[in-house]
Amino acid sequence: MPAGLKKAGLPYLLLLPGLGWLLLFFAVPLVIMLIESLKTGSIDFGFTLTWEFSNYTDALDTYSEQFLRSFEYAGLATLFALVIGYPLAYVIAFRGGKWRNALLLAVIVPFFVTYLIRTLSWETILSDSGLVVDTLRTVGIVSEGGRVLDTTASVVAGITYNFLPFMILPLYASLERIDTRLLEAGYDLYGRRRDVFLRVTLPLSMPGVVAGTLLTFIPAAGDFINAELLGTPRQFMIGNVIQSRYLEVADYPTAAALSFLLMAFMLIIVIIWARIAGTEALLGTEGERR
Amino acid sequence: MEAATATSARPASRNETRGALAVGRRALNWLLNAYAGLALIYLLVPIAVIVVFSFNNPVGRFNFIWNEFSFEAWGDPFGVQGIGDALINSIEIAALSTVGATILGTITALALVRYEFRGRAPVNFFIFIPLATPEVVLGAALLSLFLNAGVATGFNTILIAHIMFNLSFVIVTVRSRLIGFDRSLEEAAQDLGATPWETFRLVTLPLIMPGVISAALLAFALSIDDFVITNFNAGSTITFPLFIWGAARVAIPPQIYVLASMIFLFTLAMMLITVWQQRRAEKMAAIRPDEPETA
Repeated sequence: MPAGLKKAGLPYLLLLPGLGWLLLFFAVPLVIMLIESLKTGSIDFGFTLTWEFSNYTDALDTYSEQFLRSFEYAGLATLFALVIGYPLAYVIAFRGGKWRNALLLAVIVPFFVTYLIRTLSWETILSDSGLVVDTLRTVGIVSEGGRVLDTTASVVAGITYNFLPFMILPLYASLERIDTRLLEAGYDLYGRRRDVFLRVTLPLSMPGVVAGTLLTFIPAAGDFINAELLGTPRQFMIGNVIQSRYLEVADYPTAAALSFLLMAFMLIIVIIWARIAGTEALLGTEGERR
Repeated sequence: MEAATATSARPASRNETRGALAVGRRALNWLLNAYAGLALIYLLVPIAVIVVFSFNNPVGRFNFIWNEFSFEAWGDPFGVQGIGDALINSIEIAALSTVGATILGTITALALVRYEFRGRAPVNFFIFIPLATPEVVLGAALLSLFLNAGVATGFNTILIAHIMFNLSFVIVTVRSRLIGFDRSLEEAAQDLGATPWETFRLVTLPLIMPGVISAALLAFALSIDDFVITNFNAGSTITFPLFIWGAARVAIPPQIYVLASMIFLFTLAMMLITVWQQRRAEKMAAIRPDEPETA
């Protein structure tokens, strides 16, 4: 084989195993699920492809409540995570000093405990005779006999907690990269603290805000564990519906249609964000050879 | 730090407001630190609760209310039917999927950063999509494939699924390490007569090793923790998260918290060792003169 040809083929050869795996077990399944979503039938009599596009409108009609709730809960959790995470990332980046790495480790420590157990821990903390509920009852925020568990608040709190590190890490990465001389320049020009923050620090940390909100929002909107463990069917999100339609009812067409609708909404949100933030920051391909 | 000195050196226009401003600034600083401290506590309290409640001797089937201190569960961590097998399954799947995804992902990342070829932008985008896809969709889609192909779900399908969702994470992690890599080192090796394979093994791989190790750690952590995708493709195989899910509806023995605490301490130790080794490697690198930037 001539050297030139060999060289031209090499990258594709190297890509083959990894991309092949993703094609076979990610792309092909999506196509199969697409076909699945256009079928009619039942698990007992089998499913046949009838190009039933009304599966989509039916699914959207029937489960619009859960869809809206998913985006509402995910939106709230993302907002809370930003409000909780930004100041923490800021303090670690600018005031962490030699404790920076230790503080970062503390941020990812929750990841060392299984997701389900973290959620069970919240079930323990918020349980009816637990410390939190007792305190809230004494203060009068929660009425006597009132509960925290199995409410919207407990589900949103759980989601916020479980995805908080996904918010903090990109925020920290972008804040840490800021050249402090820029801030000094701001102060030298008699900028007040607030002005320097709003006009220098915040704009420079926007890539972190964009990445953090996406990394929090996407898994949050598809989550069903928090709603299942910390809520009731009244808090169920679209993830709960997809999982029960698929695994409990075996209503594959509806589950597949719902999955595609969820994915479509996600991609729309990602594309909007990509427009705002620029694709390179999103895909992490800055600085590649071109 | 420099920013702080710049702040205090900032001339105040009026002397009488200066003192008030300094007090206000100090109060604000204190408030911000306190807020960050509270956020950290929020992150850590549930973990502490797990460790504390692993020593609980609960009344009834659920480990939600503190009763009395006991070493019982720690003395017999596998004393619940099925919990040991579930943990072994999880560890096996995590180890195998980590090896698989790390090898495949590192090769893919190398191809993506090293070579110019047609279609690189769409490939980059394609690798990103699984990261932006909700887990429930990934799991459901893969189950559609197995159902249609008539593949019985079980240990092997879980393994396939875990390699699949870990791949994108590994590629992204290794790729970020490869970008900014000094290629003149490889050229030097080849000028000295090294074959491409020797160059890779003796120069490239050691240099990107920190990236590969962080990718492998990430893959292991994601795999051992995964519930959603596993739940779709597990068949009758039970992993540790699946065991917890099943237990959560019936009974939560303290053993679950004991094993979670053990995994937590083990991961923490691994993490500290890696950080320490990387720091040592960086110090060694700093001693050598003219070392090009590899970070």
